Amino acid sequence: MKHLFRGLIPICRKECLHIVRDRGTLFFALLIPMLQLFLFGFAVDTNVRQIPTVVFDESHTQESRQLLERFAGSDVFQLKSYVSSKEEMYEAIRAGKVRVGIRIPYDYARSLQNGTTASILLLVDGSDSTVAGQAINTSTGVTLRESLLRVLPNGRLPIDVRPSVLFNPATRSANFFVPGLIAILLQVMTILLIALSLVRERERGTLEQLQMTPVAPLGLMVGKMIPYGVLAFAELCAILFVMRVVFQVPIAGSIFVLLAMSLPFLLTVLGLGLMISTRARTQAEAFQLAMGTVLPSVFLSGYIFLIENMPTFFKGVSRLIPATYYIQILRGIILRGAGIRELWQNAAVLTLMGCIAIYMAGRMFVRQKAG
Amino acid sequence: MSAAITAEHLTIRFGDFTAVNDVSFAVEKGEVFGFLGPNGSGKTTIIKALCGLLTPSTGTGTILGMDICRDAAEIKRQVGYMSQKFGLYEDLTVAENIAFYAGVYGIKGQLAEQRKKEVLDLTGIESYMNRRAGQLSGGWKQRLALACAIIHSPQVVFLDEPTAGIDPVARRALWDLLFRLSGQGVTFFVTTHYMDEAERCGRVGYIYLSNLVALGTVRELQQLPAANPIGTTRVQITTANASSVLDAVRRLGGVREATIFGSSIHALIETARIDALKAALPGATVVAIVPSLEDVFVTLTYKIMGDQR
Repeated sequence: MKHLFRGLIPICRKECLHIVRDRGTLFFALLIPMLQLFLFGFAVDTNVRQIPTVVFDESHTQESRQLLERFAGSDVFQLKSYVSSKEEMYEAIRAGKVRVGIRIPYDYARSLQNGTTASILLLVDGSDSTVAGQAINTSTGVTLRESLLRVLPNGRLPIDVRPSVLFNPATRSANFFVPGLIAILLQVMTILLIALSLVRERERGTLEQLQMTPVAPLGLMVGKMIPYGVLAFAELCAILFVMRVVFQVPIAGSIFVLLAMSLPFLLTVLGLGLMISTRARTQAEAFQLAMGTVLPSVFLSGYIFLIENMPTFFKGVSRLIPATYYIQILRGIILRGAGIRELWQNAAVLTLMGCIAIYMAGRMFVRQKAG
Repeated sequence: MSAAITAEHLTIRFGDFTAVNDVSFAVEKGEVFGFLGPNGSGKTTIIKALCGLLTPSTGTGTILGMDICRDAAEIKRQVGYMSQKFGLYEDLTVAENIAFYAGVYGIKGQLAEQRKKEVLDLTGIESYMNRRAGQLSGGWKQRLALACAIIHSPQVVFLDEPTAGIDPVARRALWDLLFRLSGQGVTFFVTTHYMDEAERCGRVGYIYLSNLVALGTVRELQQLPAANPIGTTRVQITTANASSVLDAVRRLGGVREATIFGSSIHALIETARIDALKAALPGATVVAIVPSLEDVFVTLTYKIMGDQR
């Protein structure tokens, strides 16, 4: 056992000295995730509100104005401008000034009075699917409600939905986005720190020197993982603090369970960083490889897009991404108050992934040494 | 005397490329063995194989009687290694670098203190203990690297181009250190490009295109038949302006090699043509000389290049 980890303590001690000496790297490593947290935490709002809308009202009647008021009252549409021709409406959308156009025909009021169907045109800019979807849904709801109110004699709806949103009652985007963001920020920071530290040794020739000493591969790797793991853990605590205090995201579950379940994720990303460092010859290469892990972790982990909606192949891919499991842990504990009983499988998968990553990194390291 | 380092028919291939081809030699205990050869000829590869970092394709070797394939772990504890890049952590102080390598070799407590004192006395780096390694001059970096490489009292030390880019005074200081240690029984295997360094070594090996083409003491190499082809003589031509007559000498019939050494020309010339040479250069003195080590290696290299063609 001692044999397997030979050199761990001196490596660990030396790595701490590097961290303390290189204040610049330390500062940026800790500051940049924090800056990004602030940036994305404040900027990202997935709720679609106040879509700029252009109106072409040919009817100019009390009825048409009433309908438009209902649109404006939904908070989804912002009636920004009024035009007097079809072409102007189309042009405004194409220019990107507005995203939706509503055209009420000249016979709108007459049709309502005659009892025939009055059709109104909704022109939607499809270049942003979220906005388009929201616009269509809301307009359908608004017109359906308006229609029902017209046909029902006493003006009372037979069924009324009262939505009650659990775990995030105000449907605040920060509650949804910040916990996921933690996984991404932690991953980038940790992979970069450990991969660069090993590749730097290769560039400067100290790795060659170490290979001539009795230091065991695991001694070297674990010796580096410990200080950078501690650093990443400290950053996690700081991020959670900012999330709670600045973004007012309550932590529904146990913070201790959350911190404990973060350890397997740190293990995995440290292992990934080590794997990258065995492949990269230069720091620039290591940086690119580390950045290459970001996009899959953002798009295929369920951070932004629902895994349930993905094609089968990508569902499989998402199961191979560590961030998938950690985001489930984060959201589970922070938003839903879940605990070990519900989330232990995620932690177990991450632990397994971490062990595999470190084992692979060790093997790649030994094989490359020979080549 | 027993051999500290041996290589027996060592061959190392990387895919189709043969980096080291059937190399055999033995280095005695306490010897300073010089290893020369152009860049990429296989010097570093041989060192890596002897230290157990590479497994030879065929052949074998021993360090202090231990097999390089089987006892790689033990060998690493017993040998020291210092490369051209020095392997120092530039953001760590001299003391921290020494302490780190002591830790890596598992030297602790009393022994660590004692060894630290010994390497400090030897290298004289004590007054820089709190300076960052990156702030040291090349010569001091080299001494620190040596201190780190011998902190565990290795009996065999490999030095891979230890003096590249170091000023002559620092180079001489390093060699003085090596000889002091070799006097204590430490064996040195030194690669270098400098002929004057090679000439200090007890024995020298010359590797060219993956083959060990010469091996022996400096004197033995100077007498090698391949370096002194039959019917030729190596001469030193001393003349007023050597550089201006060099081309003329090279064009002369029977001159195989000619190059400038300071204010004279060293030439390898067919013995029968010496009189013609003297006649062509009135006022120059022409004397027969023993080839320098550089002459030997250049002649050997030309011969191999000629044989390949």
